[in-house]
Amino acid sequence: MQLSVNGNSYDVDVEDDMPLLWVLRDELGIHGPKYGCGIAQCGACTVHIDGESVRSCSYAVGDVDGEITTIEGLGTPDALHAVQQAWITHQVAQCGYCQSGQIMEAAAFLATNINPTDTDIDDAMSANLCRCGTYPRIRVAIKSAAATLRGA
Amino acid sequence: MGRIKSIARRTFLIGSAAIVGGVAFGYYAYKKPIANPLLDDLADGAAAITPYVLIDQNGITLITPRTDVGQGAYSVQAALIAEELDVRLDQVNIDPGKPSTAYYNGKVAFEGFPLAATDSSYIAQKGRVMGDVAGKLLGLQLTGGSSTVSDAYEKLRMAGAVARATLLAAAAQKTYIDVTDLKTRDGAVLFPDGSTISYLELAPVAATIEPVTEISLKPESEWRYLGKDMQRLDIVSKSTGTQSYGIDVVMDGMVFATVRTNPRRGDMISYDDTAAKNMRGVNNIVPITGGIGVIADNTWRAFQAAHAVEFNWGPAPYPKTTDDMWAVVGDSFTKKLQDSQFTDDGDVDEALAVADVLEAEYRIPYLAHAPLEPMTATVLLTDIRLDIWTATQIPRFMQANAAKLTGLDVDDVHIHVLMSGGSFGRRLEDDYVLQAVEIAQTIKGTPVKMTWQREQDMTHDFPRPMQMSRARGAVKDGQVDALDLGIAAQSVTASQIGRVGLPVAGPDMMIVAGAWDQPFSIPNYRVTGFRVPEMVPVSSWRSVGASGNGFLHDCFLDELIHVAGADPLEERIRLCWHEPSRKVLEAVGEMSNWGSKMGPNRGRGVAFTLSFGVPVAEVIEVTNTADGIRIDKAYVAAEVGRVMDPVNFDNQVQGGLIWGLSHAIYGALTFDDGMPEQDNYDTYEVMRMYQTPEIIVRGLENSDQIRGIGEPPVPPAAPALANAIFAATGKRIRELPLIKHIDFV
Ligand code: FES
Ligand code: FES
Repeated sequence: MQLSVNGNSYDVDVEDDMPLLWVLRDELGIHGPKYGCGIAQCGACTVHIDGESVRSCSYAVGDVDGEITTIEGLGTPDALHAVQQAWITHQVAQCGYCQSGQIMEAAAFLATNINPTDTDIDDAMSANLCRCGTYPRIRVAIKSAAATLRGA
Repeated sequence: MGRIKSIARRTFLIGSAAIVGGVAFGYYAYKKPIANPLLDDLADGAAAITPYVLIDQNGITLITPRTDVGQGAYSVQAALIAEELDVRLDQVNIDPGKPSTAYYNGKVAFEGFPLAATDSSYIAQKGRVMGDVAGKLLGLQLTGGSSTVSDAYEKLRMAGAVARATLLAAAAQKTYIDVTDLKTRDGAVLFPDGSTISYLELAPVAATIEPVTEISLKPESEWRYLGKDMQRLDIVSKSTGTQSYGIDVVMDGMVFATVRTNPRRGDMISYDDTAAKNMRGVNNIVPITGGIGVIADNTWRAFQAAHAVEFNWGPAPYPKTTDDMWAVVGDSFTKKLQDSQFTDDGDVDEALAVADVLEAEYRIPYLAHAPLEPMTATVLLTDIRLDIWTATQIPRFMQANAAKLTGLDVDDVHIHVLMSGGSFGRRLEDDYVLQAVEIAQTIKGTPVKMTWQREQDMTHDFPRPMQMSRARGAVKDGQVDALDLGIAAQSVTASQIGRVGLPVAGPDMMIVAGAWDQPFSIPNYRVTGFRVPEMVPVSSWRSVGASGNGFLHDCFLDELIHVAGADPLEERIRLCWHEPSRKVLEAVGEMSNWGSKMGPNRGRGVAFTLSFGVPVAEVIEVTNTADGIRIDKAYVAAEVGRVMDPVNFDNQVQGGLIWGLSHAIYGALTFDDGMPEQDNYDTYEVMRMYQTPEIIVRGLENSDQIRGIGEPPVPPAAPALANAIFAATGKRIRELPLIKHIDFV
């Protein structure tokens, strides 16, 4: 089947029910999306399909109908997305393992709401867990990314 | 800092014990210089002036042997060396180095001695040196006990200083300019005329001269990096998905694997892999200790096949249910199982014979570590060599165990330590690595990446032990007069150290850590540890013994203070004899505006625990809403001597508090039919962002003891929350997780 990931197209020969996460990681070698739970409980595997965040561990590759963006496609160390820049400025990461998913979730959310309240942020981000407890810094980073996106 | 002299040779490890000067240990093996592992395969013209600084054609590499499990260990180790070496952090590479006794941890062994961190007596000082001796003799290269900073604080700055002084000497030798006329800046030596020569150019000369060991460390006032906000070295990679973790290893020709082993931790009696064997992408299914390994061409296909195998598991070598286990714990408060009684002040029996006695029993459950990255290891085994790529806190023990398993020489086992997606103590075990080696034994010459499913991870953890306390106490004239605390728990030390093959003897201080060593002068005060027989094998879990004892000790103290009718903060301050500890209590009182009026249905609780030498006081404010308890705000004051990096300090303290609260509210690993009943984050719930309070942090620097902050914020979190719930609702909860007894928003 054909997949479009980060603007590149790939031909993959896999079962329809293989979760997108494992196609990305083991077939395409795209390792930004992480495996944490496999049952849509942690958010470490979050990617975008046509700009919307999905849990790639629980999204069958056969159901994908759209452009896939992983954190590698969101921005790079040389060309950072505003959310990534905010994550660096506020030094959010500890182990960092959840952060690809956190950043992808935040980027999708801010694309629809650049004026989030604290409650909006909590609602949007509470399905992404962080074992290291970086939640307070994620809140601050999202507000600062939102300000950047508003051009403030 | 005074002038430091030592007898270092090029192979001598600059260790903290040498600084003390004049300490005659009388241990030959301890005094014997340790070989510098960097000298083994040094290229011509490259210099490895100490085991921590390597200069070669790749540039300057700082060796940071303590594993980064998310706490920022690589960055702080690099900063300590860079401060004295006089290099910028963006000029250097870092490398965790290879397993070597040179990288022993001199501080972590100290936790095993019955010496309170607040004890500054001669015996205690000697004991700390003994901890260093033990660490060196045993080659304890491990990351844990919040010991990275305290162990490295002098060692790594001296390593940097020796390297800098030697490079200066090399420059002097090369140019005939007197060394006193030379300066350094950002990786180069500066000459009086303003010209410079880089450390790289000086390396060939430096390699030929004896390291200069007569050095002095910079005064704090001249620090460029330490004590200031630093940018973590991994922050860009961790914000762009470009950080590679253990799970991300890729090698040519690599196959993917997973395992399933007995969730009762017993034997595998039989298995049927007929269906699994024929599934797409499956190469092989092989028996390993206690279960099977699946080798496939994709991790998910390996997972699927592992699910399709049918098993006949043997029984558990421990009681079948959590209730049965509680019975074992409850039966352990006996003279025969008494493990320690290092605090016994006044006359507890007499004080409790006369007064109205308050009695309480507390319980805390087994807890999983469940770091977000599950256990993984990549292994390549041939007839002559074994390579292991994995995230680990114990490279040397792992190397020895893998050598034993394969029959290879220890020197032929090569451990490559990778970045870890969290650990919280889980990677102080090597069970997962040995499983990957067992799989690799069936497919020699092919690299195998083994990844655990979350379910395997959660059900095969070495959890924090379940614990029970039985406490009695009394008050007199509005003050706490007697506290008699008995704590029963399995021995983490015996369970864990036994597995890495080291001998253990004597009492396990971890059974009572965070309780027996608290700086309170209660007139009649006794803390007794009881050793519960081994049930589920247990291990170190972020803040180890103190993680549970903080709750057991502080909540009961809070109960007594309420019976006395005293103010919870004031009475703790009155009872506290240790100046730095009293200051954190006072600080948290001021930060939280303790004593100010709170609205209806609101309450605040304070808790204090001294662990790993760090006194931490926390205040938590809650509201009892119609939907349950909401945590509004938290305040933390902690004393670490010197805050190395204020940003990372803040992040670690907040994370530690959240970790403590998360498990206090939800955490429990329970057993039925010998198997854990929780196997993923849906049943082993954790705190989410919407439940996280605003957290205000203050680091105090009143003590001359330099300490780490990864663990100490954890122990006071649960009692501060439980004490706040009592203040808001009048309900005293004596069992964790709290969710069993009260709802949360
Ligand atoms: S791995 Fe997909 S949500 Fe956890
Ligand atoms: S930073 Fe470690 S899990 Fe979030």
